[in-house]
Amino acid sequence: MPLLEVKGLTRRFGGLIAVNDFNIDLGEREMVALIGPNGAGKTTVFNLVSGFYQPSEGAITINGRDTKGMRPHQVTSLGVARTFQGIRLWGEMTVLDNIRVSQHYRAGYSLLDCFLRTKKYMVREKEIERIAWELLEAMDLKEYALELPRNLSYGMQRRVEIARAMSLKPSLLLLDEPAAGLNSADVEGLIKLVRWIHDTFPVTIWMIEHQMKVVMSLCTRIKVVDFGATIADGTPEQIQNNPLVIKAYLGDDTI
Amino acid sequence: MQKHTFTISLFVGIFALTVLAQLGVINQYLQSVIMLMGVNIILSTSLNLVNGYMGEFSCGHGGFMCVGAYVTSVVTVLCFSKNHILGAPLLPPSMALFAFPIALFAGAAAAAVAGLVVAIPSFKTRGDYLAIITLAANYIVISAIDNLEIIGGPRGFMGMNAAVNGMEGIVDIPWMLLWVLFGTLFSVWLLRRFVSSTLGKGVPAIAQDEIAAEIMSVDTNRMKLIAFMLSSGIAGLAGGLFAHILGYVNPHSFDIMKSTEVMVMVYLGGMGSLSGATLSAVLFTVLLEVLRPLEIWKWVVIPLLLILLMQFRPEGIMGNKELSDLFPKLKKYYSFK
Repeated sequence: MPLLEVKGLTRRFGGLIAVNDFNIDLGEREMVALIGPNGAGKTTVFNLVSGFYQPSEGAITINGRDTKGMRPHQVTSLGVARTFQGIRLWGEMTVLDNIRVSQHYRAGYSLLDCFLRTKKYMVREKEIERIAWELLEAMDLKEYALELPRNLSYGMQRRVEIARAMSLKPSLLLLDEPAAGLNSADVEGLIKLVRWIHDTFPVTIWMIEHQMKVVMSLCTRIKVVDFGATIADGTPEQIQNNPLVIKAYLGDDTI
Repeated sequence: MQKHTFTISLFVGIFALTVLAQLGVINQYLQSVIMLMGVNIILSTSLNLVNGYMGEFSCGHGGFMCVGAYVTSVVTVLCFSKNHILGAPLLPPSMALFAFPIALFAGAAAAAVAGLVVAIPSFKTRGDYLAIITLAANYIVISAIDNLEIIGGPRGFMGMNAAVNGMEGIVDIPWMLLWVLFGTLFSVWLLRRFVSSTLGKGVPAIAQDEIAAEIMSVDTNRMKLIAFMLSSGIAGLAGGLFAHILGYVNPHSFDIMKSTEVMVMVYLGGMGSLSGATLSAVLFTVLLEVLRPLEIWKWVVIPLLLILLMQFRPEGIMGNKELSDLFPKLKKYYSFK
């Protein structure tokens, strides 16, 4: 059974068809890219998978569970974490708190537990704290734990955002343009980080990325969309030589 | 030891104040100022949960206070006072000491339920639009009570002194002072425990980026429900205490003016800071008393001070920080958990 199964996914916004009959199966520990020109509907696919939009047609199944009608936090608790195109950290909270709050579903205690500091509360809070520190340590962010994200460099903020997503211990990690706005040194760091995450944690990574360097050096499979429709699907080599892909990116040579 | 010093000193403080009041060192007037201070602390810290921590703009806090005030009052009057509509007292005055906290709890619970009027629309609405809804909620409460003849309508409602007298009949100490001080401590303690937990930190996460919060597994609807109900419930507790300090309530003491006053305290103290809200409530109460000789002119001076504050320190006195963040050394001496 695939980890993520998307069948006939379609999303319309009024008369615009943002995503048209999109299909994909992702297995465990795969690393797949979703590419396409601007406005092709890539982020909409991510928004649909993470439950932020409801599909107009089609079905999304995660770990065998149909996500129809689920709210984003419910989809997340099925093991889907994501990052955003623009960084969306909680700016007024320390890095540590960012990584604690993202484990909200793990808290699982009631308001009364919180007031009375019951055993359940203490155990869960300790667990959350422990996971947060472990992750900060593993991702070389420990020294920034008590900093506010806005005082960190862009590349570092990206790292924190990925750490925040990983704190959910996801089985599927969606990265929406992780290399956007990074300089070449940071891009190298990002490639290393993503590869390290993929080697260390049992996680499937699905990314939207424009920088071919990132895609080609990380992903074993690439899916190309344009105007909401899938135009190619295959290994990096197949995609590089696909005439439809070249046409979508560079245009037709006939005038 | 250090873990408890602050808590111990708080209890010692409450005890000392009560003893001083009992001995007459603190006169009636000062006692009433202290009690008002307590009520204001409860109000401003609870509103801070919504306006500061959650970043919404609730301007109907007075309405929830009103619900708490009336429900608590009706319960105690029903139990201890002879009322021409509600009938003879149901309980002997000696029961007052046990019934009063229950009445306070009933008032807080009713106010929390009233908070649903705002909490449910907040799932889909936010910002200015939600502010209008909170304003409407305030008006609904005031108008409803204005039209309820059974509890006095616009003339107000009284008879709460019976419960206070009942308590004083058992042991003659300034009971209301004690209740207000404990109520204040209890409210700030509840809020403090909530906002410092991972659960409670979901509230500022909503303020800072609601979409990220929802995607990162925060059940934003549940958090909004908790924040609004907790905030209005605690305002209800303040209302219940306020009603029994004065022994008389009138729906118009809880109108938009009251809500504005609480808002001023929140913005004066600094958003998202419990110590700020506490400090500003104390300052504001003292300021109102100190400027009393100015009579009506104090309502020119106080808003002017507010304008100056917003000009020169728009983030409020504490500006998003707790006392222990500004003075880390204080942590050695106090941890309020």
